[in-house]
Amino acid sequence: MASFDIKINGNKKTVEVDGATPLLWVLRDHLKLVGTKYGCGMAQCGACTIHVDGKAVRSCVYPISQLKDQKITTIEGLSDDGSHPVQKAWLEKDVPQCGYCQAGQIMSAAALLDANPKPTDDEIDAAMSGNICRCGTYVRIKDAVKTASKM
Amino acid sequence: MTSIKTSYNRRAFLKSSAAAGGGMLIGISWLASCESAQVEEALTMPEEWFDFNPYLKIGDNGVVTIYSPNPEFGQNVKTAMPMIVAEELDVDWKNVIVEQAAYNAELYGMQFTGGSRGIMSKWDALRMAGATAKHMLKEAAAKNWEVPISEINTENGVLYHKKSKQSISYGALASAAAGMAVPEEVELKEVKDFKIIGTSRKNVEGLNIVTGKPLFALDYHQEGMLIAMIEHAPSFGLKLKSVDAADAKAMPGIKDVFTIKTYEDDYEKGGFDANAFGELVVVVGNSTWEVMNAKKALNIEWEPFKAYSETINGWRGKSVVNVPAGLESTASHNNKMDALAAKKGKIVRKDGDPESMFKNAAKIIERHYSAPYLAHNCMEPVNVFADVRDGKVRLAGPLQAPGFIEPAIAASTGISVENIDIEMTRMGGGFGRRAYSHYMVEAALISQKAKAPIKLMYSREDDMTNGIYRPTYRASYKAALDENNNLTALHIKAGGIPESPLFADRFPAGAIDHYMAEEWSIESNITTGAFRAPRSNFMAGAEQSFLDELAEAMGKDPIDFRLELLQKAKEQPVGERNDYDPERYAGVLELVREKSNWSEQKENVHRGVSAYFCHNSYAAHVLELSMEDGEPVVQNVCCAVDCGIVVNPDAAKNMAEGGIIDGIGNALYGELTFKDGAPEQNNFHQYRMIRMNEAPKSIDVHFVKNEIKPTGLGEPPFPPIFGAIANAMYKATNTRQYHQPFLGKDKVLG
Ligand code: FES
Ligand code: FES
Repeated sequence: MASFDIKINGNKKTVEVDGATPLLWVLRDHLKLVGTKYGCGMAQCGACTIHVDGKAVRSCVYPISQLKDQKITTIEGLSDDGSHPVQKAWLEKDVPQCGYCQAGQIMSAAALLDANPKPTDDEIDAAMSGNICRCGTYVRIKDAVKTASKM
Repeated sequence: MTSIKTSYNRRAFLKSSAAAGGGMLIGISWLASCESAQVEEALTMPEEWFDFNPYLKIGDNGVVTIYSPNPEFGQNVKTAMPMIVAEELDVDWKNVIVEQAAYNAELYGMQFTGGSRGIMSKWDALRMAGATAKHMLKEAAAKNWEVPISEINTENGVLYHKKSKQSISYGALASAAAGMAVPEEVELKEVKDFKIIGTSRKNVEGLNIVTGKPLFALDYHQEGMLIAMIEHAPSFGLKLKSVDAADAKAMPGIKDVFTIKTYEDDYEKGGFDANAFGELVVVVGNSTWEVMNAKKALNIEWEPFKAYSETINGWRGKSVVNVPAGLESTASHNNKMDALAAKKGKIVRKDGDPESMFKNAAKIIERHYSAPYLAHNCMEPVNVFADVRDGKVRLAGPLQAPGFIEPAIAASTGISVENIDIEMTRMGGGFGRRAYSHYMVEAALISQKAKAPIKLMYSREDDMTNGIYRPTYRASYKAALDENNNLTALHIKAGGIPESPLFADRFPAGAIDHYMAEEWSIESNITTGAFRAPRSNFMAGAEQSFLDELAEAMGKDPIDFRLELLQKAKEQPVGERNDYDPERYAGVLELVREKSNWSEQKENVHRGVSAYFCHNSYAAHVLELSMEDGEPVVQNVCCAVDCGIVVNPDAAKNMAEGGIIDGIGNALYGELTFKDGAPEQNNFHQYRMIRMNEAPKSIDVHFVKNEIKPTGLGEPPFPPIFGAIANAMYKATNTRQYHQPFLGKDKVLG
């Protein structure tokens, strides 16, 4: 066990965990931020996507000990009221089915648009193909990413 | 207007209104996040609520709460079901709050989501719930104004008496109306008068989903809750021999390690009690990561079990199932299936004289199709919250049918059903997997033994290797043609492990004078069950690929050929048991032909058509592929569906799009193989799922407009897409696809 100070969604938190604990479980079990989902635990599905200094990372394979001074943003920190353009676009296109993958999808999309505000179809594919949706909402996701890019 | 007797669920309605004065009868979700914040925020809450029936209550300010009876796994019943109630109640959708109803079979009947039966099975009850409350409001207004009830109209939550120019809102009259007698008969709206049904309404959970609110059982937390994970036998055919838990117990954060047995030996399983591994090693600890690590430190010995039989008390009565011993492999399965496919099967249907037609045929075309096991791979792995203390069971989990598993929970915990409370949480996918909710029993037993609230969680690996899989299937299609290239006979032989996928009475049965259908099956100890459109999910692809090949051999357009067969089935049907309506079937083919501009040829566009009937609905697709850098890329899918009245069109389109994408993924990549009893894929690095870059660039969905009561939608668009992609791939590459997965783990599409 060790103590870690982390900057998350604009707040500072201290957690006592083993340094090898992936951020995913720190968020879910220790900080009770459960919007970030578990899907595979091995960087294959994207359900656990969060931002570390604005970049999309897979929190299931990111040990807390690797964190230095970076800022973490989770789906809860994107906006609490759905006012972030990506969330707005998701609502406009009524993207979700079961909804389980969508926090990860939204975090991947938000990081993409941050870095590249007007992505091409191929760039959207490249940035989003790490996020699996078993319900098959990909056409709507792509549409929503494009809608958000215009906001 | 149509009058209907309020007989259905009337008893429940009476109970509810009798209790209206005495407090809430309807259980309120204690996973507090399940409410629709999106609507609530905009609404002022009433000071007082008045219960009308188990489906709705009206507040003194006119806000209405509607309870959605069935569990939600993404097909959006939580929006569609309340829309039906709101329609008949005649209220403004903006004034509606939606909540998930508690599990209560007495009030709601079967609360089952699956088999594409959700809307279909609750259509009458939901309409009646709205219409009954509206009638009671009218009754109260009539009494108030001393006018005949027949002179009262309603619109958007307001009652009017035109003659005397009086009006009053539902909210103002709710208190008086809730006390009115429940009517014997109510009037329902005409379809043409619908204002909510047939218009697109946004998912009531949309905002909660995009802001990451805790909606799933996996998100549930309670003070003092421990995390539990299981270790099951690594192979089918093995059982627990011994556990050495010393190392695991010594690891940080670990509270206990023990074993559980899900069902007692003398427990008679119901049809949905299937479980792969009856005895499990359980690790209980403070946090998920600690438990995951301790699981790796377990030293467990497993041993082969002996063959046994069990009596399953399923829907069609009791049956004895033999479970063989041994460690099965895909290679041995294939050998066994080849052997049986070459032998005569059990004849399930025979029309005319197919034998002599084949004997005298000028040409015979025979093709063989196969498909592997599939894992459901819901994105939310199996998990349940359980608190079993002081003789009470409280469970919150993702499950498609609480009624199926409640008896097993009672039997295994020894706690009677009155003391069992099951909350149906939003499911992160279902696809049939969560109809088999043995994990509810497992969680209850773990909590009981740990004497603490727990959350049982399967890792992805546990989820994928402890499945109730889609069976593996084979089908052979054989057609006889005469010297004029006319189809004279059709012979289908299908089988699988452990069941045959055959539907002997489906199209093209009924359209061919000489027809025979045979089937076979092989016993296995690998657990299988329903998977989105059971059996159809294989047969549609095989059948529709074969018809495509047949049309080509006969020199016919594939749509014309199907329509000719359907015309024959309509005008001179063969046999009496045909289970489809040829006219509706032809309807979707005609619609897809029109919408896809079928007659137009486009450069580098290779098209495949396919249609199928299942779950009471009809679906047809035209899939367009083009070759880019030598690889086929799915450009567009044009889809036509006849599922009767469409309640929420945009959400219905979403469902059809999902079925299409999921179907393409499973057709191209889906595959679970076994070696020595163990699944060879345990996570997404080995089990390939379709991803965004492989999905169609666009999908157009069109619905046949009619006034038929809604039928299924979650499944029907799924099976035929297997045929559409196979037929388009043939056009693009000149190679027919007979064996799923068409691309497998490594090949690329696009
Ligand atoms: S849970 Fe992290 S990528 Fe799947
Ligand atoms: S919406 Fe269900 S997995 Fe994506």
